Amino acid sequence: MSATDYAVRPVPQITAHEVTKPRETKKWVDWVTTTDHKKIGIMYMVTTFVFFILGGVEALLMRVQLGVPNNTLISAEHYNQLLTIHGTTMIFLFVVPIMAGFGNYFVPLMIGARDMAFPRLNALSYWLLLFGGIVFYFTLFFRPPEAGWWSYPPLSEALYSPSAGQDAWIFLIHITGISSLVGAINFYATIVNMRAPGMSWGRLPLFVWSILIYAVLLIVALPVVAAAVTMLLTDRHFGTHFFDPTNHGSPVLWQHLFWFFGHPEVYIMILPGFGIISEVIPVFSRKPIFGYKAIAAATSVIAFLAVLVWAHHMFASPVPVVVLGFFMLSSFLIGVPTGVKIFNWIATLWRGSLVMTASLYYAVGFIAIFVIGGITGIFLAIFPVDWQLNDTYFVVAHFHYVLMGGAVFTIFAGIYYWFPKMTGRLLNERAGKVSFWIMFIGFNMTFFVQHALGLSGMPRRIYTYQPGLGWSTYNLISTIGSFILSAGILVTVINIAHSFKHGRIAGPDPWKANTLEWFTTSPPPVNNFDAIPRVRSVEPMRDIRRQVERSTGVTQKTGGSERFARV
Amino acid sequence: MLASLALAPGAFANFLTPKSGGSPNADSIAELYKLVLYIAAFVFLVVELTLLYSVYKFRAKKGAVAAQIHGNTRLEIGWTVAAGLILVVLTVITFIKLPSIINPPNSDPKGLVLSASTTEPSPPNGRKLTICVTGRQYIWRYTYGAACQQNPFTTKLPYSYQQMVAPANTTVVLVIQSTDVIHSWWIPSMGGKVDAVPGYTTYTWFQAPHAGALFHGQCAQLCGRNHAAMTAQVKVVTPAEYAAWIQQQTTAISAANQQVIQLRRVLRATGNL
Repeated sequence: MSATDYAVRPVPQITAHEVTKPRETKKWVDWVTTTDHKKIGIMYMVTTFVFFILGGVEALLMRVQLGVPNNTLISAEHYNQLLTIHGTTMIFLFVVPIMAGFGNYFVPLMIGARDMAFPRLNALSYWLLLFGGIVFYFTLFFRPPEAGWWSYPPLSEALYSPSAGQDAWIFLIHITGISSLVGAINFYATIVNMRAPGMSWGRLPLFVWSILIYAVLLIVALPVVAAAVTMLLTDRHFGTHFFDPTNHGSPVLWQHLFWFFGHPEVYIMILPGFGIISEVIPVFSRKPIFGYKAIAAATSVIAFLAVLVWAHHMFASPVPVVVLGFFMLSSFLIGVPTGVKIFNWIATLWRGSLVMTASLYYAVGFIAIFVIGGITGIFLAIFPVDWQLNDTYFVVAHFHYVLMGGAVFTIFAGIYYWFPKMTGRLLNERAGKVSFWIMFIGFNMTFFVQHALGLSGMPRRIYTYQPGLGWSTYNLISTIGSFILSAGILVTVINIAHSFKHGRIAGPDPWKANTLEWFTTSPPPVNNFDAIPRVRSVEPMRDIRRQVERSTGVTQKTGGSERFARV
Repeated sequence: MLASLALAPGAFANFLTPKSGGSPNADSIAELYKLVLYIAAFVFLVVELTLLYSVYKFRAKKGAVAAQIHGNTRLEIGWTVAAGLILVVLTVITFIKLPSIINPPNSDPKGLVLSASTTEPSPPNGRKLTICVTGRQYIWRYTYGAACQQNPFTTKLPYSYQQMVAPANTTVVLVIQSTDVIHSWWIPSMGGKVDAVPGYTTYTWFQAPHAGALFHGQCAQLCGRNHAAMTAQVKVVTPAEYAAWIQQQTTAISAANQQVIQLRRVLRATGNL
């Protein structure tokens, strides 16, 4: 077959073939020994989703404890353990690695590659993540860490946190850090070297752009936190005094090192989500993405500025006012490219022909929520205002708007968009929309009032509070909201479990999408593609559809996405 | 239960604005916050309404064809500059408000009569009352008088725990330290929070406008298991009451010290120490 033959065949015709397995192996052996990026991607997503559920249960326990004043359900000790495990789980075991899961599955498919650059390294990065998580969760049977996910010394030093839980936390950072680091190098090598012919940087799908920048940020930020936790480990066990003020060490040094990693980490978590949104919105608007170059550039600018804003987490620490001013301005600046992205997404919706799928519901819900998180971020960047808001529930509300309403809603948009590709079956759209509305209402109920709690003077990380401080009503609303939110998530979990076996057959391209992952079967075969097309724009699938329409004169009905549009 | 909670007085206090009223710096922060809030509300409404409108208006309909627009450079530059301008405005108002937040003013003539000293943040005339705030797991200790800066524990100054007593109309400079882990000093109505970091000394100030007020706050940085119990109060009294309270506290402390010395002597003599 000639190089361009693929394009004149009707698209639903199979463009890739299953490679016969060399020998029969047991299914679980197949999963454990796999180096296939798709299987690894699925293992990433399933593992991280389990951690998401665990982290959610921890959050619910905390919300129950705070539902009424003077509650004695959970002791101070257990509450501190819960908040530490919740934060650590959601960041290191859920949001960051689930983005690696999406990246693993879809980056090679979207760039027309047959696997990642280093398949075995890829398997290593998954297994390190799993074992990092197990090391951390094993502390539940002993004594979990209780110094918070940022583990400020001296509280995290041996004198104040003698339990091995703190060491397990350090090992979690080390192990999942190596996992993310080798994963990041793998993504970088794959994206730089293995793109389909014709896929120049200006034709790289925006999700792949975001994973590229995600990888670069991980490579920049992770070594710093690895060094910091190693210093903490030697402080705890080998007699060094890096962070020990009684021996001329400095607790503020830890804060600088930790947040130099910690703030890029925020963008590591949200940028791939931005990438998912940049894929979902044009597909369901039936329109090209508005301002492709602006979005790709904004992603890079965000990454650059992300390493210059860390001290805005330290506005109440002993830091000179000039430094505070610098970090206020740099934090302001990072708002500009983020705003540009939001404007471009809305401009993409504008004058489109919106196919209101569950995935688009989550994408639009994400924008609505993220705008609030972005705006409260500006409040927190103004350091005199931050002196009032820092370390209160206002901050808790802010970062849940960004990470729960932001990252989690993008993840759900991604799940509803890509589930048919991964399993060959569609998720139930109606259940998806029900799940969205319950989550959206529950989310805002849980977290919007937390702004008010912070403004009323409630600090974060307290396990209980007295009545009569004006906090009780807000806390009760928030607790009720958290259960509504969980119910919404549960609907999607049931939807996934049910549709996996019983969903409607999706076909290769149910959404009339734009990128190359839809050019193969659902689920794709081990080798992904038989023929890799030459890429001529940001939307290669669309080009292929048009070419077929021109040569056959028949409007393409690809996989039946028509039933989602009221046409 | 919900209804009774909602109807309780002050159930929805501080829904949109931070606490203030206990000191000019807290008031300035609240004013700055409100200015930011107006701009934020405007941006919020414009973005969310545009989003809602586009989702409502451009749903797929029979015969509707999506406009194949790839972008618009002028629009891109336009909204980048607009976002930048908003931030310039925010920067300007922040730096206009900043001096009134970080620089303490002179004490009111009705305040405590003080002598001037030259160390640390000071009002223009240099006259201030210095109180050392020392955080430790899980209580705040206040040592009254400028000499506390050498060492809040060995000097023979009056001190108190958990509840600070401060004179009204007087510029009070707080010297904040910690003896163990990081704590954060915060009385919401009296200004922003300042971390108490072991090995460092940080400062803040307040000037309470009225005697008779009692302000609540608590440690804002996770400091261990009893973090939630590390509360603080500031009782604002008249300068005369303050002077009397200091006198009384000094006497009480030295009396207690005498008792301890007595007891120690007895215990030593009986061989129990």
